[in-house]
Amino acid sequence: MRPFDYARAASAADAVRRYRPGTMYLGGGTNLVDLMRLGVARPEHLLDVSRLPLDAVEEVRGRLRVGAAVRNTDLAVHPLVRARYPMLARAVLTGASGQIRNMATVAGNLLQRTRCAYFQDVSRPCNKRRPGSGCPAIEGDHSNLAVLGHSGACVATHPSDMAVALAALEAEVHVTGPGGDRIIPMPGLHRLPGDAPERDTVLEPGDLVTAVELPPPPPGASLYRKVRERASFAFALVSIAAVLDVAADGTVAGCRIALGGLAHAPWRAERAERELIGRPATGGAFLAAAESELEQARPLPRNAYKVPMARDLIVNTLEELAP
Amino acid sequence: MDIRLTVNGRPHTLDVDPRMSLLDLLRERLGLIGSKKGCDHGQCGACTVLVEGRRANSCLALAVAMDGLSVTTVEGLADGEHLHPLQAAFIEHDAFQCGYCTPGQLCSAAGMLGEPGPSAVTENLLDDPELTPHEIRERMSGNLCRCGAYVNIVSAISEVAR
Ligand code: FES
Ligand code: FES
Repeated sequence: MRPFDYARAASAADAVRRYRPGTMYLGGGTNLVDLMRLGVARPEHLLDVSRLPLDAVEEVRGRLRVGAAVRNTDLAVHPLVRARYPMLARAVLTGASGQIRNMATVAGNLLQRTRCAYFQDVSRPCNKRRPGSGCPAIEGDHSNLAVLGHSGACVATHPSDMAVALAALEAEVHVTGPGGDRIIPMPGLHRLPGDAPERDTVLEPGDLVTAVELPPPPPGASLYRKVRERASFAFALVSIAAVLDVAADGTVAGCRIALGGLAHAPWRAERAERELIGRPATGGAFLAAAESELEQARPLPRNAYKVPMARDLIVNTLEELAP
Repeated sequence: MDIRLTVNGRPHTLDVDPRMSLLDLLRERLGLIGSKKGCDHGQCGACTVLVEGRRANSCLALAVAMDGLSVTTVEGLADGEHLHPLQAAFIEHDAFQCGYCTPGQLCSAAGMLGEPGPSAVTENLLDDPELTPHEIRERMSGNLCRCGAYVNIVSAISEVAR
């Protein structure tokens, strides 16, 4: 590991004030410390923000404000999260292991990096790690990489489960930074790779996530489901956060679908959502909506399986949610 | 950098390189070699310790970031000559073969038994479910055992959970 200096910030404002080029903020460290050990992350200054007083889950005028330093475990078992946002509790609980959830923070979960094997191997080219060096995944092992929204420069996926649920819940990410405070509505935090895959998010240097705020839950039933290679402690091949509200006449009154494991960002299936509104809440309509969303997919040779897997997951999940 | 750390009830003041992990500090500076380095990437759980009573992967924790905290390792689980109930149950149920994963399994199980609320396999998220073998398997998924002693590990933990 390359030498760095370590300091603990006294407040969010103090962290932003002390930020300078070469600085990285440290949360629970479950991804960053590993990336430093691999030589992928090479901070000169490590500024610890994990003990800032941003660790409360509070109700503010019918909304739920979750501090950036709240540990994943504490978010998932919070009574209000379990009662009002079960999809979010479920998404967090399906991520990582008990130990890692105890350490990992909410902001760190959002800002974790892709697990693409080429990104994590400094002996290989990678446009995300070393812009302009190339993307060996396109010709190589991309079996768990993107089928939607990728570019010729990068086919990485975002690994978070929590972010997928937050995208469906239209959570707001609260940020402070050298340019002042701002609010980023999900799924707007993460970006598609385009020709700048080194940028995972729309954050600017020095920006610090301070909280995630959840609006009141949308009407309807919700589910988070995840398909993976083993029953626990594995990243998603495909995952879904879905909300379905069916009117008395059996038609879809409201619908939200966010997909994980398919793109560089949580993927809001807006096309499918639009198509479903007003249609009967039946398997046929769900299948048509899933297929129209996935028409945009551009699978690579070794990850084409994800398209029918995503289609079936959308249809099965909506069928389970329909009354 | 100077840090203060309480390990198994004993306070220490240590000068550490910011790059040092909590695992390396425990093993190399304090001679507590119970915690094991399986992967050094957070994937196997052999390095699991309790930090402020909560289980954590000590390979992913920087020692400098633990300043002022209290850590319990497998060496601190027993009460003098009296084994921790989990240690006794692991012996009783023959819950290990080579023993490499065992310190991590023990610390992880000790932390897990104190973690309330649902897991990913709990049907109703509002429940505080009973720790069935199914629940224990899910909650212990961060601890791998290359010898495959899982069946006996689950029965040992089940006995203590009852
Ligand atoms: S050594 Fe820490 S998880 Fe494997
Ligand atoms: S007993 Fe050998 S690794 Fe678990």
